[in-house]
Amino acid sequence: MGRYIIRRILQAIPLLFFVSIILFFLMGQLGDPVATMGGRRVTRPADRERLTRQLGLDQPFYKQYLYWLIGNDWAKIDMDGDGVAETSGTRLGILRGDFGNSLMKRGQSAWDVIWERIPNTLLLMLTAEVVIVVFALLIGIFSALRQYSLADHVITAVSFIGFSTPIFFFALVSIYIFSVNFKRWGLPSLPAVGMFDPQVGKTPGQVALHMVLPVMTIAFVSIAAYSRYIRSTMLEVMNQDYVRTAKAKGLQGRQILFVHALKNASLPIVTLIGLDLALLLGGALVTERIFAWPGMGRLFLDHMLRFDVPVVMGILIILSLMVVVFQILTDLTYAVLDPRIRYD
Amino acid sequence: MPDPTLARPHDPPRDGPLRYAHDPSRLLLDIRNLEVRFNTPEGVVYAVNDISYGIHEGEVIAIVGESGCGKSVSMMSILGLIPKPPGEIAGGTATFMGRDLLTLPESDLEQVRGIEIAMVFQDSMTSLNPVLTISRQMTESLRRHYNMTDEQATARAIELLELVGIPDAERRMSDYPHQFSGGMRQRVMIAMMLACNPSLLIADEPTTALDVTIQAQIVELVSRMRERLGMALIWITHDLGVVAGLAERVIVMYAGMIVEEADVDSLFDNPHHPYTMALLAALPRVDRRRDNRLNSIPGSPPNLLNKPRGCPFAPRCIYTIDRCRSERPPLIPLSPTQRTACWVTTSDDFKYERRQDSGYESQSAGTYE
Repeated sequence: MGRYIIRRILQAIPLLFFVSIILFFLMGQLGDPVATMGGRRVTRPADRERLTRQLGLDQPFYKQYLYWLIGNDWAKIDMDGDGVAETSGTRLGILRGDFGNSLMKRGQSAWDVIWERIPNTLLLMLTAEVVIVVFALLIGIFSALRQYSLADHVITAVSFIGFSTPIFFFALVSIYIFSVNFKRWGLPSLPAVGMFDPQVGKTPGQVALHMVLPVMTIAFVSIAAYSRYIRSTMLEVMNQDYVRTAKAKGLQGRQILFVHALKNASLPIVTLIGLDLALLLGGALVTERIFAWPGMGRLFLDHMLRFDVPVVMGILIILSLMVVVFQILTDLTYAVLDPRIRYD
Repeated sequence: MPDPTLARPHDPPRDGPLRYAHDPSRLLLDIRNLEVRFNTPEGVVYAVNDISYGIHEGEVIAIVGESGCGKSVSMMSILGLIPKPPGEIAGGTATFMGRDLLTLPESDLEQVRGIEIAMVFQDSMTSLNPVLTISRQMTESLRRHYNMTDEQATARAIELLELVGIPDAERRMSDYPHQFSGGMRQRVMIAMMLACNPSLLIADEPTTALDVTIQAQIVELVSRMRERLGMALIWITHDLGVVAGLAERVIVMYAGMIVEEADVDSLFDNPHHPYTMALLAALPRVDRRRDNRLNSIPGSPPNLLNKPRGCPFAPRCIYTIDRCRSERPPLIPLSPTQRTACWVTTSDDFKYERRQDSGYESQSAGTYE
């Protein structure tokens, strides 16, 4: 087992390098960071030239990537544009934990910008994920056990509506109903923007209240998709011979379901959730945007539009790392759940 | 609480007089006019059509027929093991110890399954749960039905495993099914099903997935356990060789119907249904030249999507007369121990001769030699 984990980690290293090269290349093609430079007015040509030089954007691709990766404190760079590289670099590179400085938020490192958002995003996304998994399991198992019943048909219809509704549409409709109209009708309405009411302050109650609509929005579409998946997985397992054997032994339906069926059905479900957990840190692009939730999704979108390469690269690399880590964890979970899988 | 010890006080004598289905007294399981259908998108599959038979306490019967003739489905339907929908029990009764299993609520049926009637399935690889230990699978019915503690159930499970010949049973309790060979898995399956001392064991082709020497061992094991526990046994198979050595009575099924029912001697010496004759003719025989091709029955079984009007075997039968195609023959008693559903061979002027004169044997011989 230990050897297996080490082998998987060693295999992941070149993969991550490869991914980072592609991402870095694509980022370079997005646009000129200096052109917008934090959203301020277009700078004077002389300043732009200086900025380009100071940020190292005039360097060839391989050199930019190398500096991003391992830093440039070992090299001399030309800061004042006289053609002589005499200043020592200050960057340490991402391998030494230096994500670079944010271009949009001057004076802040990219890591600080990202780090600030991580708790907010995890709070929102983990809550949503728990809601998704619990409801999808309940609905999926329920409709599998009552296949082709009226309840199953209704759930199927609602799932297809949910599955085909764009997130932004659901978000706007939910705001329209629960924030706007509820307020108009004098009902207790839900807040639609931000994490808390500035007049009340950041209390747990406020945050929870502000989370209701975004969590609902994220969960709705995913529950629709997941419950379908869990339903079909359960149906497949419930038709297996060993479930018939369990029944022939006179076991109760509940015991058959939770002991014999669910453990077998858990493998494909774990695969799904494993990948999901990895991407939780990425936040929800559309939902965070609409509900003005200060999370990673919104950060990514804002900084992407301003070509803030260090921040965006930082987010993407963290996500890549998480995907790799969670894939290894998922595979290890398989071995726990299914005794036929061994990694020796 | 039933006594979980293995020995039964009333071991029935093996060599007593044969008991037959038409004698309704002391029937353990009495199936009457059972009809099972499957409602599929292609149409209604008539899987079991109006079958009636019974089994006495301690009796061994075999149900014979080719794949898809309704052998397994008829047995699974009385235990409520067919998926509903698409399955549907369209009629009939199955009286077991005074209660009709077909109308029993699920909670009562759970008390019959595993305790009174146990079933061993065909493929032990897929019939055991791959992600649970043998211990878990062995003890769960004991704990459920007898309220045993973990220690009691484990001790009993080890005892059962030793009884069916699993070496080193105590250590193997913590193993998973994939760590056993096919034969050993089937032994575990049998031990599991015998856990609660059933009065009827249904063995659904338990030797199909095994090689020949292991098959013999399993047959031997089941009949030994049967004698020891005094339970009745229904052995579903398509292997007539197994039938001869094991069963007292044989039921031959074709297209979801019973076409012949006889005590084992009558069936082999004096078969009256053309399908039974054809099956016997298809058996490999040691007294034949080895380079002969094996006999087979020309044609294939009917599609059960259409309920046949006449005799289902008529299209493949060499004796077919007009009446066979228009009217389904009932089971006609030939002797106290034999019933056959055939218009032709049950008439007085038909005479079956066992050896080379059998229509099937000479026809096949002529074709292939």
